[in-house]
Amino acid sequence: MAGTALRGRLTWRVATVSAVREETQTARTLVLDVPDWPGHLAGQHVDVRLTAPDGYRAMRSYSIASAWPSSPAGGAKVDLTVEQVPDGEVSPYLGQVIGVGDPLEIRGPVGGWFVWRPEQPGPIQLIGGGSGMVPLMAILRAAELAGRQPDVRLLYSVRRPESVLYAGELARSKSEIAFAYTREGPAGERIGRIDAEVLARSAWSPDVGATVYVCGPTPFVETVADLLVAAGHDPAQVRTERFGPSGGGR
Amino acid sequence: MGIVSPGFTGRRRSGPELPPGQYLTEDFPVLSAGPTPQIRPEHWEFTVTTETGEVHRWDWQAFTGLPQEQTVQDLHCVTRWSKLGTSWQGVSLDVLLEDVESAADYALVQCYGGYTTNLPVEDLLDGQAWIAHKFDGEDLAPEHGGPARLLVPHLYLWKSAKWVRGIVLSDTDEPGFWETVGYHEYGDPWREQRYAGD
Amino acid sequence: MSTYLDGNAAAGALREVFAVDITSASARCGGCGQTGVFAEVRLYVDAPGLVARCPGCDAVLMRVVKTDTDTYLDLQGLSYLKLPNG
Repeated sequence: MAGTALRGRLTWRVATVSAVREETQTARTLVLDVPDWPGHLAGQHVDVRLTAPDGYRAMRSYSIASAWPSSPAGGAKVDLTVEQVPDGEVSPYLGQVIGVGDPLEIRGPVGGWFVWRPEQPGPIQLIGGGSGMVPLMAILRAAELAGRQPDVRLLYSVRRPESVLYAGELARSKSEIAFAYTREGPAGERIGRIDAEVLARSAWSPDVGATVYVCGPTPFVETVADLLVAAGHDPAQVRTERFGPSGGGR
Repeated sequence: MGIVSPGFTGRRRSGPELPPGQYLTEDFPVLSAGPTPQIRPEHWEFTVTTETGEVHRWDWQAFTGLPQEQTVQDLHCVTRWSKLGTSWQGVSLDVLLEDVESAADYALVQCYGGYTTNLPVEDLLDGQAWIAHKFDGEDLAPEHGGPARLLVPHLYLWKSAKWVRGIVLSDTDEPGFWETVGYHEYGDPWREQRYAGD
Repeated sequence: MSTYLDGNAAAGALREVFAVDITSASARCGGCGQTGVFAEVRLYVDAPGLVARCPGCDAVLMRVVKTDTDTYLDLQGLSYLKLPNG
């Protein structure tokens, strides 16, 4: 399954929205039924294509939030979590307009590097900024399904508690999870960006040889990757996924 | 092949003031194919090289000492956004090429950072093109091509090369950065010349 | 400030052309010789096409332009791509 997901030339598929979950005031998850989905690895993304009646098209990439299979029983859904970008063209449609039963064209899964495989040994460090949490959630879910919760640590940089994606599920997780609130936080919590001290306190120490996955906006990823290397993490073990405001690529 | 997305309209598209396939934007998107060069004006120079190898050179002081023009222009980017009524200040190519002895038909524009683009010399003349260094009355920001960029607004914006440092005049047409990988050699937005063969 | 993404972001565009995932291949820069996973190149997407640059020397490694009828793929800046067999 993992191997076949990376083979064959890519074609567009018509998925159907089977459920919608509100995650925060600005983010929601579209649960998709995709016919003949080949399966995916945690961390992979899909391209989404929208077509207007006059033929105008817009395309964006979105990370997959669900593991595959998505439950021990072998459930088969593809979850996309969409954070609405102000003045965006695609995200307001996915965030407000599309509903249950509507079709959505996707192609994928794509990307064979920013992925976690259950057979991969060793600890896992996840570091997410804002909606960079989405592919990390897929890794967290896949690791839990594989019984690897103790191997996972998550450091999640987010503006305020209300902005946390998957808050309920994270609260129930048996993995070690730390938040860095950048604007406001619960009483007594430190407010500020991830720095060397936060990293030393919350992340796996460099000597355990964790594979580190960093996802977020470009400046966030730059900063965190530099901090990791300065702290002594092996650059070869640090995988990054930057996303931009458009994330287009026509 | 494909489906229509129910309820999707996308951005506002062509009115009579826009070339075909364009939509209107109010902001000023930043497109770049590489890192933004940081060029201090004191290190900047602009050259025109003729088909005989003769080089004309201006440093920042000489360039900004040339007669200046203000111009208001509509911009059309091949990635489909258009921005109307933008205000620029710069030096007309008519001024820069005035004393240049050349019978060449083609120009290859060269930039700090390695970008290139090509166009006919006649499209640089007769009040159609400038080396612009101010936008909206302010020094041109590096992400928009500062200290100075070419401005050829009657062609798609990839021809208006940012961080310009020189123009090479030649009898033969040599395709530039995007023209070598499928973009149109001329790029007239009103004839929707996006790709080679359009 | 011009921002770039990781080579990962080109995975979809490249999978329109190739049957295998190029982003997890090793790539060697023809300019400075730096070698790394293609997913770690600097990818500029806010442009008329995709431009991948070497994280070591900023040289252009790859350009992809999709026109209405064809895809142009320029790999001139790479001295090689290394892919596992099978």
